Amino acid sequence: MPNRRWVEVAVGGFMLIGLIALLFLAFKVSGLSFDQRSQGFVVEAYFRDIGGLKPRAKVTLAGVVVGRVQRIELDEEWFEAKVTLQLEDGLEGKLSRDTAAAIQTAGLLGDNYISLSPGSDEALLMSGDTLWETQSALILEQLINQFIGNSARE
Amino acid sequence: MLDWLAHLGRLGLTLIAALGRSGVFLFQSLNGWPRSSEALRLWVYQLYSVGVLSLLIILVSGLFIGMVLGLQGYTILVDFGAEQALGQMVALTLTRELAPVVAALLFAGRAGSALTAEIGLMKATEQLSSMEMIGVDPLRRIVAPRLLAGLVALPLLSLVFAMVGVLGGWLVGVDWLGVDPGAFWSNMQASVSFRGDVVNGLIKSIVFAWVVTWIAVFQGYDLVPTSEGISRATTRTVVYSSLAVLGLDFVLTALMFSNLS
Repeated sequence: MPNRRWVEVAVGGFMLIGLIALLFLAFKVSGLSFDQRSQGFVVEAYFRDIGGLKPRAKVTLAGVVVGRVQRIELDEEWFEAKVTLQLEDGLEGKLSRDTAAAIQTAGLLGDNYISLSPGSDEALLMSGDTLWETQSALILEQLINQFIGNSARE
Repeated sequence: MLDWLAHLGRLGLTLIAALGRSGVFLFQSLNGWPRSSEALRLWVYQLYSVGVLSLLIILVSGLFIGMVLGLQGYTILVDFGAEQALGQMVALTLTRELAPVVAALLFAGRAGSALTAEIGLMKATEQLSSMEMIGVDPLRRIVAPRLLAGLVALPLLSLVFAMVGVLGGWLVGVDWLGVDPGAFWSNMQASVSFRGDVVNGLIKSIVFAWVVTWIAVFQGYDLVPTSEGISRATTRTVVYSSLAVLGLDFVLTALMFSNLS
């Protein structure tokens, strides 16, 4: 029979592991979170329709992942989606001011992500700036509806 | 024919009597649980023997089950180009079903059978009767700490199981097969709800904890005090608890998740 101190320490460790597991399931798995302040190289972009874009979706430039979607909110003035992007710190001051952002879909059933394409402006993009050149998500159902509507009229 | 009918009747009566005995047994052992430091010490010791000692098997099986889920899920989802939904699949399967059920089955095999054998041997060697003789209530001294320890240990073990399983799925899906880590976690977080999935899974495992420890302790206390009786009771503990866990799981799932479809 192991001694009493060891038993108590082991049980304490056991309960601690259980608690850690609960916290892991709460915050990491089910995404319960407190509002975090944005930090690093953060830019904003406004979209008319974001489709199925989710927080933490990837942001790519030339197909290379360069950041994540940090937050998605509704802009209550223009009723557009305000998407906050967190990009790699090394890119700050290297992209041009008129970089364009487009929401694209990975494959037919895949996730939405944001693809950036560099512009030609002399001015450079700094943290806190807003991307003005944006392209909303392509929503397949709307396209199909339009197509059906058009062909019915003809 | 009449003999057969009489046999059936006897069987029914024994069954109902056993149910009644186990109910009284549960009530008596939990009633008047002393709140002394000695009782706490006994409880901690039992928590060690049913919880801490089961941790290894839970960690290892959780990891492998998560890894298998990741691998199988990936090979199916990749056909549809939807391998990014892997995190969601692994996490939902684990938190809703696999973690509570598999942890309870492993717990019944690892800790439940040990409880039955321990108490059964105490009864066979007349330690329980001797305790009563010197004025110590064996229900309070032996049974109650074990019941309460099982009740606390299994929910914790099933949380650990779910965590390790998700990590196993992550290891295979993201580290090995190259699913995008952001998509893995974000799909998971978007679809798993804390109240609806994690807490419901926890409620399931609390129910299973009651059932498994109750069956284990009662089988040990109620057995025929011979070596054969002990072996039969140990087998019965594992069989009955597994059946009860699987049956109750269906009922609980129907109550909790049937409106989600």
